[in-house]
Order: sequence, then structure tokens, then C-alpha cells
Amino acid sequence: MIEARFCGQLGHFKLDVHFQSLNKGIIALFGVSGCGKTTILRCMAGLQRLEGFFHIENDIWQDQKTFLPTYRRPLGYVFQEASLFPHLSVKENLQFGAKRSLQVSTVSFEEIIDLLGIEKLLERRPNKLSGGERQRVAIGRALLSSPRLLLMDEPLSALDRDNKNEIIPYLDRLHQNLKIPIFYVTHDVFEVERLADHLILLENGKIKEIGELNELAARLDLPLAKSQEAATVFEAQVIEYDEQYELTLVKIAGGKLWLPSKVPQKNMIKIRILAQDVSLAKYRGDASSILNILPATVESFAPLNNSKMNVVLRLENNGAQLLARITRKSWDHLELKIGTPLFAQVKSVALI
Amino acid sequence: MLEAIVLTIKLATITTLALLLIGMPLAWWLARSKRWWKEIIASIVTLPLVLPPTVLGFYLLITLSPNYFIGKLFVDVFGYGLPFTFTGLVIGSVIYSLPFMVQPLRDSFESMGERPLEVAATLRASPLDTFISVVIPMARSGLLTGSVLTFAHTVGEFGVILMIGGNIPGETKVLSVAIYDYVESLQWEQAHWLSGGMLIFSFLVIVIMRLVERRFRYD
Repeated sequence: MIEARFCGQLGHFKLDVHFQSLNKGIIALFGVSGCGKTTILRCMAGLQRLEGFFHIENDIWQDQKTFLPTYRRPLGYVFQEASLFPHLSVKENLQFGAKRSLQVSTVSFEEIIDLLGIEKLLERRPNKLSGGERQRVAIGRALLSSPRLLLMDEPLSALDRDNKNEIIPYLDRLHQNLKIPIFYVTHDVFEVERLADHLILLENGKIKEIGELNELAARLDLPLAKSQEAATVFEAQVIEYDEQYELTLVKIAGGKLWLPSKVPQKNMIKIRILAQDVSLAKYRGDASSILNILPATVESFAPLNNSKMNVVLRLENNGAQLLARITRKSWDHLELKIGTPLFAQVKSVALI
Repeated sequence: MLEAIVLTIKLATITTLALLLIGMPLAWWLARSKRWWKEIIASIVTLPLVLPPTVLGFYLLITLSPNYFIGKLFVDVFGYGLPFTFTGLVIGSVIYSLPFMVQPLRDSFESMGERPLEVAATLRASPLDTFISVVIPMARSGLLTGSVLTFAHTVGEFGVILMIGGNIPGETKVLSVAIYDYVESLQWEQAHWLSGGMLIFSFLVIVIMRLVERRFRYD
């Protein structure tokens, strides 16, 4: 268990947060710019000092009497810009933290190099790398210091789309292979949905909500559901592959879905359905090009603005929640209300 | 003539080494400190740049003379006075060249910003370790510029030396003073040799420094 409390005044801004978190998984600190998420990360690292405490399992990194300086905290920190040391080669950068590690090494050099796909870059200078490569090296450098937790401060925000898409699969692999918790600061809904297990929602220096991603993503009062990229993420189980049409059938709690293309044989996969890709129908029409039609009932709703309505559906057999975004006109036209049974037509499903 | 050349090189080398030791912590403090009065200290450090060397030399002569506290203390401890000695020259040169070492170093330290220090700390490097393995290598172009400028500036020093060192062969008679002497006694040929040598030396120093510095810089 990790527990932290930080409280203090920074210019005009007041930070006051207290949270507990499991010692595993990706915990996203999410909020608009200036809500204090980076400050929290800096406090956890000891780069900044505010009143409060910070415990990780039985170790105290900060309390009323103690304040461990950053270099004595076994953590990894990935900054927004990769900040590689320009006077060292990639390999020397990677070894910088490893050489100074406080603990017995928990990771092997080869393992990390392989995980991040940086074996070809080792002899190069940092200024000869692309943005995405640089950030991968920075992540590797942090991990090789055998940290007990990894702190990432908007690691993708300085990158363009291509570089971002290049890095995300590597973060997935870290997530699956590492046993340490990752605190991940971001203001990007897409990154949260893609990567996070848990979520700490911040607003004006305070914690607005804390919980599992799936729960919070379907909460209509929270910013995730209100964003452009609002979506629901499901754990899914692969059932079969249709060779003729190149489709994969997967099962989620409360229904089955066809996915385009072949899914690599794994037990559990994660899929994501954008709220705006879900349309609602009162009757199951046969003459539709849409493959995925799931029976569901309306569980809650909230207008997003004058034209759009957010609707949370519950899939049948007390299945998972599904977020849909329709026009208010359709909402009125279909005379929907809480408890109305209907069919959710899912236009596209993305594997993540 | 050879004696003057050797003495000059010795003086410039010792001054450069001494200024590296003094200049690094001073420049680091000027670059990092948040105290408002640091700019006053910075101004004092820069003063030798604009002060006429004779004025600086005059005050040094007075300060170092056994009639005043510092000079007296030195006599009490070491048994001889500072004016008209090689040690006196070193002290004068160190003060005279202080801005040439401190300013490039401070610029280097400031331009690297806070981030490399934070990164090093998150990778378990203690502050001293960080200074040695990150700050110094990253500031190498400032170190090079500061050292070369200090060395060259000391080689070309005249006014301060004449004021506090006089003209004692083998002790305080450096190149610039020797040239002055040759001209005074109308020994044009020797003056030509030394002056021409200084001209070529100075030119080479600047060219080499520029070339090396270009290679030293990081994108």
C-alpha cells in the first residue's frame, strides 16, 4: 500500500491531497493543466517539499520528522522531455542510474533493452535520436535504477502523433511485465483510457474522485465522460476466429462482439468503444450493416450540451456499463428514460 | 629573454589552476543562488574588467603592503612581504582575471538549467556526484573558454604587474614588461621577436579555442 498526503501553498495555488493506492498497476493522475498533478509527482519524488507524508509499504519517505532527499529514494522518474545527458552515449545514460542503484538490481540490462526495443541505439549520442527513441531510453534509464515505483510526468506530451503511437505499445509491455506501480501524469483522455488501471482525478489542487478506470469512465458527472474521446474500456475473452470474413469473436461481461482482423491468441484482451460510436435503437432491426448489437437498459443519462446526450447503459444479465453519446433529439424522439430496454449498436470496436 | 618567457608561462599556468579552483564554486553559487545580493557580488567579480589595471594595481599594492592588515598577516606567517614577489603577482593575476573565468562558467551553469540536476538526483546521484559527473562535463565548453581566456589574459598582463611586481628578472619580469624594457632601451630587434611571438600566440589561442568550442557544444 502507498499512502501520501501533500498540502501547501504555491503562489496563488493551493494543493491539498491525500490518497492511498495499491502498490501495483498504472495509476493515472488526471486533470487539466495547472490542477497540481505534476506537483504531486514532484512531491513524491522529493524534488519539491510540501507539508505532509509519504509512505510506501513500511518505508517512510516523508513525515513530520523525515524528508529523504531525492537521491536516496529508490524511484524512477520520467520527465516530459527525455532529458538524457548530452555528454553520455545512450548506453552510458542507461547505466547512470544502474551503477548508483541503492538496491540489488531487480531488472537485467538485457531485459529492459529488449522490452523497450533500444538495442540498436546503444552506441549513439542522444542528439542523434528521434523524440520517441529518446523517451524510450529515458524510461529504460529510470527502470534500470531498480526503482520501487515509477513516476511519469506526461511522458508523451512532447511527442507528435507518430512518436506517441510508437511508444504506447512499449508502455503496455512495461505494464504487463513490471511488478512496480507506475504513477502516470496526463491530461490526455486517450492515454488514460489506453493505459490506466486506476485513476486519481484532480481539480484545482484537490482530489475530485479516485477509483478504477472502468467505474470513473462511465460516471457522467466526471470529466472523462464529458470529453470528446469519452469511451468505455472492457476486458474481453477471445472465443473464436472467423477465417472467411477475418473477424474475431470476443466475450465481454453482458455480451459478445465481433472485432475486425485477427487477434493474437491471448486469454484476455482489452477493447475500447468510443461513446460516439454507440447508437441506440428500441427494436432490433435485421437490416443493418452493424454487426455488434447488444441488448441493454438505460441506467443513467446527462445532457452534455444543447445537442448531445450522454447515456450510460447496462448490458444484459447485469453485465458491464457502456457509455453512449446520442443527440438530444433522438433521446426525446425515442422517449427514453431510466430502465428503458433497448439495443446498443456498436459501430466500431478498437483493440488496445 | 627565455627567462621572461618561462616566468610568464609559469605565472599564467598557476593563475589558471588557482582560478579554476576558486572560480567553479563561485560561479556555481552565482548561477544557483536566489539571494538578491548575489548580483552585487557578481559586480565586484566583474570590476577588474572595466577598472584601469593601474588603479587595480595601486589598490593591490596598498592592500598587500606590510603596512596594512593583509600584507602584515602574510609577513607574520611567511616571513616576507608580497609586493615585488612572484606570489604577489599570482594574487594580483588571480584578481585581475577573475571575471574571465567566472563569467563563462556562470553562463554554462545557468544555461544547463535545473533539469539535469533533478534527473541525476532521481538516478541516485548525490549532489557532489552530480557536480562531478554531470555539471562539470556539461559545462566543459565554459571551462575551456574560462581557462583559455584566463591563461591568455594573464600572459598579456602589464599594468597590474608593473604596479605590484616591478621589474625583477626571474622573479617578476614577465614578457610584457620585458618588451617594455627593450623598447625603452631601444633594443628593437628583441622587442620585435617578443611582440611578434605574442601576436602569433594570441591569434592561435583564439582560433584553437573557437574550433574546440564548436566541437564541445551539444545540440
